[in-house]
Amino acid sequence: MQGATAAVERVFREEYGRLIASLVRRFGDIDIAQEAAGEALVAALERWPESGVPPNPGGWLTTTAGNRAIDRIRREKRRDAKHQAAFMYSPMSSAYDDTPHEHTGPVEDDRLRLLFTCCHPALAPKARIALTLRLLGGLTVAEIAQAFLVPETTMAQRVTRAKKKIAAARVPYRVPEAADLPERLGGVLAVLFLVFNEGYLATGDGDPVRAELTGEAIRLTRVLRQLLPEEPEVAGLLGLLLLTEARREARVRNGQLVPLGEQDRAGWDRGLIAEGHDLVRECLAINRPGRYQILAAINAVHTDAPTAPDTDWSQVVALYDQLTRLDPSPIVALNRAVAVAELDGPEVALSLVDRLPLTGYHAWHVARADMLRRLGRTAEAKVSYDAAIAATQNSAERAYLGKKRGELV
Amino acid sequence: MTHYLLAVHGPAERNEFGNYGSKEEMEEAFAATGAFNDKLHADGYWVFAGGLQSASTATVVDGQGETPVMTDGPYLETKEVIGGFWVIDAPDLDVALKLAAEGSKACRGKVEVRPFDGIA
Repeated sequence: MQGATAAVERVFREEYGRLIASLVRRFGDIDIAQEAAGEALVAALERWPESGVPPNPGGWLTTTAGNRAIDRIRREKRRDAKHQAAFMYSPMSSAYDDTPHEHTGPVEDDRLRLLFTCCHPALAPKARIALTLRLLGGLTVAEIAQAFLVPETTMAQRVTRAKKKIAAARVPYRVPEAADLPERLGGVLAVLFLVFNEGYLATGDGDPVRAELTGEAIRLTRVLRQLLPEEPEVAGLLGLLLLTEARREARVRNGQLVPLGEQDRAGWDRGLIAEGHDLVRECLAINRPGRYQILAAINAVHTDAPTAPDTDWSQVVALYDQLTRLDPSPIVALNRAVAVAELDGPEVALSLVDRLPLTGYHAWHVARADMLRRLGRTAEAKVSYDAAIAATQNSAERAYLGKKRGELV
Repeated sequence: MTHYLLAVHGPAERNEFGNYGSKEEMEEAFAATGAFNDKLHADGYWVFAGGLQSASTATVVDGQGETPVMTDGPYLETKEVIGGFWVIDAPDLDVALKLAAEGSKACRGKVEVRPFDGIA
């Protein structure tokens, strides 16, 4: 029986994004959609263990939830009629929109629409991530709170506030027009990349790697790719995430972070690497380079090398040069300098790193510490390792940095 | 359709050219704002708009007690105040944000977009 319940919950979670998105499109309200979906889950938990999972569970959930939503709206309409004066100026009165659906941009898909709503620039960046995971990833508020190490009440407030703004300010459920798409797509890709990164190197002092977040980011990026197969940056992001995820298992050993150069490459996931390389080749053929495509190409160079010394560092630096032209930020310059250290030596690289205004960024201290260590400037390296350790809470990274510092004599 | 307030924020202290650097800048901003207003009318978004006198001309009234209490000056002493506003009627926030960006460019100020809870 418990197994049956777990099976229902698994199907529900897999179908959640699609279910919510179609209900939001139909009823124009996230709260109504979520409540109806919750009622459909209760119904499924009652029926499926006895009658078996229906042949089309997603369709069953959508029909059931849709019926529950209609029942609820009818009840509220009757109540509204009695209290019309009180409700006249309330946003509740516009919760159910009978008018035909508005014109909807170039691509027709409920999940894609909802993804653009969740990642709308009018919402705070943290709220975008939380809403995306809640509504499209099907994670509970408690799970998202745990993943981002904030109290559940804080996360609940963040989600509730964002949903309220969407309803009150009428953030549309719509894929933007073609002219606005590149800019708005950038916001969506940034959210998916942030979700992945938080999973790949968690900021807090809990689990150093959170596979549920990296997995969810990849799943949502795959959905986005299905929906926008012509967009090379979507292919680029998916390639980047897959080539990074492929190294996840080899990245932590005995609770310590293992840097790329020291990883056991036999532990890399060859299936993901092959898929990532295919995506990078596809991007090259389209020849409309962008940030995520270049980052994917850099990761393709790394995953192409049988051993770390085989890495084509001149290719990596050339790709960072290309990225710098698109995004001349100090973070890109820092990553480029790390590659320069392999190509032209740590002294040249250190002079690049020292110029960057990143003293509050732990990766800057990590890069400096490593370069100073390689130059034999031990005392300075120790200070830099200390600064790096102080600037990160990730337990695996702290363990690795502590070990490196301890090896200095 | 939803009503939105587009409130223009600018410095509380004004010079002889309002919030602008020179007479020419002020005239350009007025002309651009006039053209934007015409567009709001033509496209059917217009509800109401106006520029406000400086915050130092404000009076706060508290009529909750037995006799109203008047206080000279704005309710909040801040460096940035609302200098003017539009009320528009738009189908959704994306349209309101686009119009706000145009209005901001025209009047040369930051614009806060806020939906109305209702209009009497």
